[in-house]
Amino acid sequence: MRSNPLSIVKVEELKAYYVSESYGINSVVKAVDDVSFEIYEDEILGIAGESGCGKTTLLKTLLGTIKPPLSIFGGRIFYRIEDEYRDILSFREGELRDIRWKIVSYIPQGSMSVLNPVRKIKDTFLDFMEAHRPDISKSEFDSLVKNYLGALGLPTEVLDSYPHQLSGGMRQRVTIALSTIFKPKIVLADEPTTALDVVVQRGILQLLRKIQREEKNTLVVVSHDMGVHARISDRVGIMYAGKIIEIGNTEEIYTNPLHPYTRYLISSLPKIGDKAYRTGVPGSPPSLSNLPAGCRFQDRCPEIKDICREEEPSLVEVNDNHKVACFLVSKGEENYES
Amino acid sequence: MNHNNKLLFIKNLTKIFSAGSFLFKSNIVAVNNVSLELNAQRAEIFTLAGESGSGKTTLARIILGLVRPTSGTILYKGRDITQIKSAKDWKWFTREVQPISQNPFDTFSPLNKVETYLYDTAINYNIVTNKSEVYNILDEKLKAVGLSWDEVRGKYPNEFSGGQLQRLSIARAIITNPSLIVADEPVSMIDASLRMSIVNLFKNLKEQFNVSVIYITHDLATAYYISDRIAIMLRGSIVESGPVEKVLNAPLHPYTKLLKQSIPEPTIDVQWEEEIQLSVTEIKEFTASGCKFAARCPYVMETCKTKEPEETFVDERAVRCYLYK
Repeated sequence: MRSNPLSIVKVEELKAYYVSESYGINSVVKAVDDVSFEIYEDEILGIAGESGCGKTTLLKTLLGTIKPPLSIFGGRIFYRIEDEYRDILSFREGELRDIRWKIVSYIPQGSMSVLNPVRKIKDTFLDFMEAHRPDISKSEFDSLVKNYLGALGLPTEVLDSYPHQLSGGMRQRVTIALSTIFKPKIVLADEPTTALDVVVQRGILQLLRKIQREEKNTLVVVSHDMGVHARISDRVGIMYAGKIIEIGNTEEIYTNPLHPYTRYLISSLPKIGDKAYRTGVPGSPPSLSNLPAGCRFQDRCPEIKDICREEEPSLVEVNDNHKVACFLVSKGEENYES
Repeated sequence: MNHNNKLLFIKNLTKIFSAGSFLFKSNIVAVNNVSLELNAQRAEIFTLAGESGSGKTTLARIILGLVRPTSGTILYKGRDITQIKSAKDWKWFTREVQPISQNPFDTFSPLNKVETYLYDTAINYNIVTNKSEVYNILDEKLKAVGLSWDEVRGKYPNEFSGGQLQRLSIARAIITNPSLIVADEPVSMIDASLRMSIVNLFKNLKEQFNVSVIYITHDLATAYYISDRIAIMLRGSIVESGPVEKVLNAPLHPYTKLLKQSIPEPTIDVQWEEEIQLSVTEIKEFTASGCKFAARCPYVMETCKTKEPEETFVDERAVRCYLYK
């Protein structure tokens, strides 16, 4: 375990809401609501949670792509750029463009819609270079691309192919190569393996980990699958209804999950060799435009107390590597006896 | 031979699709010489597992009577389903065999209330003679999937979550009291946290309603959890099949072994050691002669590349691999 890891991103009290108006009625969807956490150098941070819990919105704001109806209602996102923490939410569009793909890059969810279907892969790489690194010459870039694909174990014949000629897994690996070719310090991956088969998924996860281990950069992986996080993440943050409800070292999260929701997420997955009856998480998450008072997990929680309906638990430290937002932990059992 | 005691009898079934223009024509064998049987007396859950492009969906569509096989036999309760001609027989067959699709948002049109699908199914298949009875039947079927008529009445698909819609499509499928349900990746679009509640429904169908289920998936962990038997498909062929405990606890075929090792289980006790080889383009594996796994197999021999292995029976299961000759 590293002592004093250096933060590369600090998120403070971030609030990102979707605001829409129809027939004069405003509706506010609190997709990311008062979230604070840090992302360290040289780590893989996993973000887990159900669909609609705000994980993709969190990634969008980390990337600085905030377009209506999404808007920021408070908080700051500090990036460490040349040893200085700077709030990217105060950046102008030009400054954001400068950091994208050089400091922070993004691996999108569906590789089919990323690659241009009527251009060969090598032309897509060229377009990419022209847009982001016009200072590199074409022949330099050619050898850069070939070397990089070789280093990732991808055959160079893919460069002369069209996207539809490649398998889904190969397309996703090309997309990963495209996103990481300029050696960004932070790579954000949104469900990088969701539509893929298990064997291909394993290949992609191993590739992502290989890139991270070699570059010693930071990778943030969003996935709803707790199995994926067990395989690649160094730390895992669990999101529920716009909040991070538990965050900690992968080992801590899997061996000592404290939030009832985290326990459900881990225990609801079946395992080969075990036919014991399992259930999913009961009920469904609250609407993000109409949140209850108190803990957001209250209606699905098997261990609900009175206080959970009145107050919202905040994220408290259990130990150096583990934080959780649950009254079961933050207010000891003695408070409930009577 | 009398196949009346079989719910489903499939022998040497093959489906070939032609791709490309007539100058550069290539044939893709989507289903290659597949045989399987389901018993009529006792309902069971049979899993067809494999990656995308393994032919599992094509096989499902043949079983549903939507695609005609190129060759081979397929009998449902002793009747050749490719020979069903009259509307009356087709109605009998579609009442007996019901599909459940992958995306519950495809099952229901966003413009119609979901109850119309339930109502129409009950009326069209003459499940009720008297229209006033229909709501009792619907309520009963909805209760079987953990919903009720009051929760459903008057609502459109966008008012339900994906998990609820998938429950509704299961409720719709059991209105006709089918003997066989063909479910194509029914939980792959459902969040991991809700998946088990849907998977458990299939178990209930088998145990309470005596419905057999063909469960098509690439998720071996849920397959292990619910099924009795499993067949692993690779590029059209069944490479290993047998009781699920045997096939998944101690896989024989190198491909089944690879599949099993690649499942990300939610535990930190296992880590992936060796890097794996992935196929670059799928078309090459389809058109390869010999075993389709030869290009990726760690135990590949010369014969594997030229001739497809025959089925051999080892330890209660059928496996197609030269390692077990």
